[in-house]
Amino acid sequence: MSTQRTAQAAGLAALAAAAIVFPLVFTNPVVTNYGVFTLIFVVAASAWNVFSGFSGYISLGQAVFFGSGAYALGIAARDWHVSGDAVFALLPACAAVGALIAVPFGLVALRVRRHTFIVITIAVFFIFQLMAYNFSFTGGSTGLSSPFLNWHADTYNNPFYYITLACAVGMIGLAWLIRRSRFGLQLRAIRDDEDRARGLGVRAMRVKLAAFALSGAVTALIGGVWFYYLTQVQPSTGFDPLFDLSIVLMAFLGGFGTIAGPVVGALIIEPGQLYLTAHFTNGYYSEILLGALFLLVVLFVPRGIIPTGGEWITALRTRGRPAVTPATAPPPPAAAPPQAAPSPPTTAPPASRSPSTPGGSR
Amino acid sequence: MARQIYEAIVDGILTGGVYALMAVGLTLIFGVLDIINIAQGVLVILGAYLSYELSVRAGIDLFVGLLITVPAMFIIGVVIHWAFLRRLRGRERTSMTLLVTYAVALIVEGILYKVWGPNYVQLKASYVNSSVHVFGFYLPYIYIYGFILAVALIVALYTLLYRTRFGRSVRATMQDETAARLVGIDVNRVAALTFGVGVAVTAVGGMVYGATSGGFNPNSGYDLISRLLAIIILGGLGSIGGALAASIFMLTLESLVDIWSPNWAIVVFYGALVVVLVIRPTGFFGRQAVRAQ
Repeated sequence: MSTQRTAQAAGLAALAAAAIVFPLVFTNPVVTNYGVFTLIFVVAASAWNVFSGFSGYISLGQAVFFGSGAYALGIAARDWHVSGDAVFALLPACAAVGALIAVPFGLVALRVRRHTFIVITIAVFFIFQLMAYNFSFTGGSTGLSSPFLNWHADTYNNPFYYITLACAVGMIGLAWLIRRSRFGLQLRAIRDDEDRARGLGVRAMRVKLAAFALSGAVTALIGGVWFYYLTQVQPSTGFDPLFDLSIVLMAFLGGFGTIAGPVVGALIIEPGQLYLTAHFTNGYYSEILLGALFLLVVLFVPRGIIPTGGEWITALRTRGRPAVTPATAPPPPAAAPPQAAPSPPTTAPPASRSPSTPGGSR
Repeated sequence: MARQIYEAIVDGILTGGVYALMAVGLTLIFGVLDIINIAQGVLVILGAYLSYELSVRAGIDLFVGLLITVPAMFIIGVVIHWAFLRRLRGRERTSMTLLVTYAVALIVEGILYKVWGPNYVQLKASYVNSSVHVFGFYLPYIYIYGFILAVALIVALYTLLYRTRFGRSVRATMQDETAARLVGIDVNRVAALTFGVGVAVTAVGGMVYGATSGGFNPNSGYDLISRLLAIIILGGLGSIGGALAASIFMLTLESLVDIWSPNWAIVVFYGALVVVLVIRPTGFFGRQAVRAQ
């Protein structure tokens, strides 16, 4: 077990080192541009997953936070005449704006479940996009531009790369902490059976709202970074329905509700999408491919790469022998209660957590 | 001013009838299959393009063309259900079906862009351009014909649901799928046919939408689906009467606000949805069961 732990730690360290030296090895701005966008989506997909993946409430309105963060940064920089590197000091304000929007949004939307919740998030998303078009302080359909950064063109992407990398590491660490915490357990209890969780004393509304606000804050923060990197935002790019769909697809492809899933999904999909957009000037090819990929994922790896791949690896390593020693192998203590299978929680098949399976049926 | 308001109400009721037809298809699919078909909006646009193609290439009248496009859309619906939705099972089914239909919407939209391009087109016919003078204002004939057709089809759907054997098995499946299976209903067949019928109405909706909306392109589907979703949620998911009432209510409200400010009319549309849901989370006519997770 400890060798496995060491191997995991070494793997993570190698990944981190590779991520840090990436822009120093690949100095071509075209390549680092891929890196920045991919990390932005790593953060956005992980943030989505902390709320939707853990609680089971699928939000298709994350672009509300993403666009609001971008607009908040743009408006603040314009009206307060902030310029140069000082703009990055405004990023925490973006996060605050995201959380502030999430609270009333969540108070309305989290009263309903399932389809209705999803549809309300879509409706709120359209309200925000229309507001961005129609208000005067958002610049209408021309949108906003960010203050000019006087950086050298060859290394322009590198500071952004490291900022987004820091955000990504922070977000993944946060997701890991939440998953291990009491808060994360409450969220997953809500996902499995909300009424039963409430009966057991989980303050469902408070827990859901906290996760929603946290997810919104991080998404707004990365939206601010995205805006500053792209130097402009329009209502159609800041509040983009494809953004919502992309992050959901990333999370589903990698593994819904897992820590590594959204990261893996973002690492696969975002470079692919950028490549397709660069190589096909007609937007519809990437649209058709994105949709087709989505269908393939849902139909053939519905639980995502991480859980399915994990099972394959386990099956390979044990070569057909059961992964966990059967309950009969060690002689059980005489008065032991019915054996609870000692399977690690992360690889437990979802069927065993299904609310319809009565406990202790084994 | 009074005449403007009067005109807005008439306009809202007439377009509301057409939206009601599209919304009934959507809410019927939800009631039977527990699926929200996000692709409904882009399928409406596909229906509009089919009508466009028939009228421009073959010179077939818009209303006569429906005899071809409605069966075509029915088959497309059955195929979508057979290929992608039939085999989804398990605890994430709700979100999966939404994502699958979203993906279908993306693919269809991409194909529409490929075939017809991003330029706006409009359906044309003699009755689209000529108007009738009623109560002091001009009303294009297509609004009246479209409304009459929509009402006739809603009545036909109602008859199908409440006066036929097939309709009885559909309603039984809506009430309790397991019990319906037990009394010998082929639930899979009912589901496939319902999905087909729910999609087939988009051919009619698309034709009237294409003629009255002042131009559409492949991207118009998003605007439509978000309105239709707001309507069926407001009416109460799975409630056909609710879909009718909510369509008329929302479209009338929108055209009234449109007098004051066209830009904000659609915001009021979604705002009304949020307000109603704060007061009544199940919508106008929703069943309580809809809230169960």
